[in-house]
Amino acid sequence: MDLSVINPAVLAASLMVAATPILLAAIGELVVEKSGVLNLGVEGMMIIGAVSGYAVSVNTGSVFLGFVGAVVGGAMLALVFGVLTQVLLSNQVASGLALTLFGLGLSALIGESYLMVRPPPVGDLSLGPLADIPGLGKMLFRHDVIVYLSLALVGGVWAFLRYSRWGLILRAVGESHDAAHALGYKVIRVRLAAIAFGGACAGLGGAYLSLIRVPQWTEGMTAGAGWIALAIVVFSSWKPVWVLVGAYLFGGVAVLQLNLQAAGVEVPVEYLSMSPYLITILVLIIMSTGRGRSALNAPADLGRPFHAPA
Amino acid sequence: MIRLERRPQASRLWAAATPLVAVALTMVAGSALFGFLGKDPFISIRTIFWDPLFGEFAWYYRGQLLVKAGPLILIAIGLSLGFRAGIWNIGAEGQYIVGAICGAGVGLAFYPAGFWFIFPLMIVAGAIGGFAWAMIPAVLKVWFNTNEILVSLLLVYVAEQLLASVSLGLLRNPDGAGFPGSRNLRQYEAASNAEIIAGTGIHWGVVTALLAVIFAYVLLSRHMLGYQIRLAGASPRAARFAGVRPNLLIVFCLGAGGALAGLAGLFEVSGPSGQISIDFNSGYGFTAIIVAFLGRLHPIGILLAGLLLALTFIGGEAAQANLGLPASAIQAFQGMLLFFLLAVDVLASYRIRLGSPEAA
Repeated sequence: MDLSVINPAVLAASLMVAATPILLAAIGELVVEKSGVLNLGVEGMMIIGAVSGYAVSVNTGSVFLGFVGAVVGGAMLALVFGVLTQVLLSNQVASGLALTLFGLGLSALIGESYLMVRPPPVGDLSLGPLADIPGLGKMLFRHDVIVYLSLALVGGVWAFLRYSRWGLILRAVGESHDAAHALGYKVIRVRLAAIAFGGACAGLGGAYLSLIRVPQWTEGMTAGAGWIALAIVVFSSWKPVWVLVGAYLFGGVAVLQLNLQAAGVEVPVEYLSMSPYLITILVLIIMSTGRGRSALNAPADLGRPFHAPA
Repeated sequence: MIRLERRPQASRLWAAATPLVAVALTMVAGSALFGFLGKDPFISIRTIFWDPLFGEFAWYYRGQLLVKAGPLILIAIGLSLGFRAGIWNIGAEGQYIVGAICGAGVGLAFYPAGFWFIFPLMIVAGAIGGFAWAMIPAVLKVWFNTNEILVSLLLVYVAEQLLASVSLGLLRNPDGAGFPGSRNLRQYEAASNAEIIAGTGIHWGVVTALLAVIFAYVLLSRHMLGYQIRLAGASPRAARFAGVRPNLLIVFCLGAGGALAGLAGLFEVSGPSGQISIDFNSGYGFTAIIVAFLGRLHPIGILLAGLLLALTFIGGEAAQANLGLPASAIQAFQGMLLFFLLAVDVLASYRIRLGSPEAA
């Protein structure tokens, strides 16, 4: 075993890359849950984003169009969930599961013809002199554009929820849909918009996996990333900044275990591969203990169906 | 304008009819999907739903039907108990894997002895394995109020790694020339779950599945605990006033679901599959969620839904062999079924009205 091959700067840089798909999916889901909807279909929307982004960028040769395709694909699948739960008033847990099962099947079907092809490469953003700072430059300033976009999105969602009028309406709908309805806000429209935004973010996260992180299409490649994103929203107690902390913490664990595998530690590979899931469970336990801060901060109408009184 | 009006009481007629409507709608949408893939829609649907039962090779497929339906029904019955009480165990796939590992491990520990009690002991071990794996989310929920949906699902990925680990290490066949995977239990008589009546596909797992259907039916309709499960699902607040202990329900529902999934895994590994290998699990634990909902969480409904989903599996295999339909098309088809089911479910508890609401 040789732990000296693990370079902290490289580790930090790959941590950001590993965390980005989950960060994107989690920040989208945070907005959805803030509006009072629990969408358990994150895994399905991510994998649909992964495959549609991959297919579009292979066919057009443009990574940008690929990401656009992923955003559209994720949002469209999310809207299926939206119509089911908001218009047809289906059970949200069951509909979310249906989304995941359907997404996994459909993505495998679409991806069939893309198994052996490679996507067009993605260049890193050139940040000029910043990238040349020793150590720090390699860690922070030599990433692709989506990494920075995900960070901007966290800031944007934070500001939107905290300072904007629309953010206030969204939170009101999530805390008490009856009160929001009585004030004349369109509960269902607000929720549908939030659901579509969540799907778009999850789709983008999925495409980041298939186009940049891996980059290749394999069946079921999200491997639970969507579920981990859901856990991170609970961990964050519905605060955007903590979603960032959670996602980077998870990215750190994921990258560290990969590095330990490569360094050839004594622990068998399978046990190292388990560790991200086990640590996610551990974090859930810590956050849920004693109905603490986390449970108190959950949107009051989370998961409750809304049917406007006639 | 179209709007929904809540029915004073859920319509029993629609509750029974919605699964059939959903299946019909899925067939229509499915044939569109198959047509889009360049296959003749009519022939595809016939290959999947008709030929396995009444076609030329029906004698082979009919046996396969029970082989596939057994684990689906077994797992779905366990899941339905929890779903009824609002306890969401979606990690049956993991409990299935751990049950298979424990059961097969016990059997292989006795190799090559030929005692009569080996197979019964394996059944017990399989049930305990699945039960123990399901106790993790149950205990965490009772003690720490952790979300059982996320924990049970995340444990599926842990179980998959565990499966890879034992098939490469602990349970690997010592005479297997280094290939991953355990000894084949079908070649080890004392631990083999052979067909009870040759050619029918009926093995001990199918018998257990039928027993589970009867047991669940009696539990839900005749027993106090079953009443409490239904009450907790219909109205958690009323259940608390009625003295229902939520923690007991959590432990019972997750435990029963885990034990049944573990049994399904054990019967699969000692029968149709034969050995522990890296790709031993084939998604029964997730398809069983569809089975449970399609059966409207009712034991008899689950029995029928299990047979239908098993039919899509074997019909899908036939369509793959004869028409070149990709295996994933069937997966998408099954997912669509759940979508349509949830969509038409609204008709059971709401009425569709045309026009604007009348002034009161």
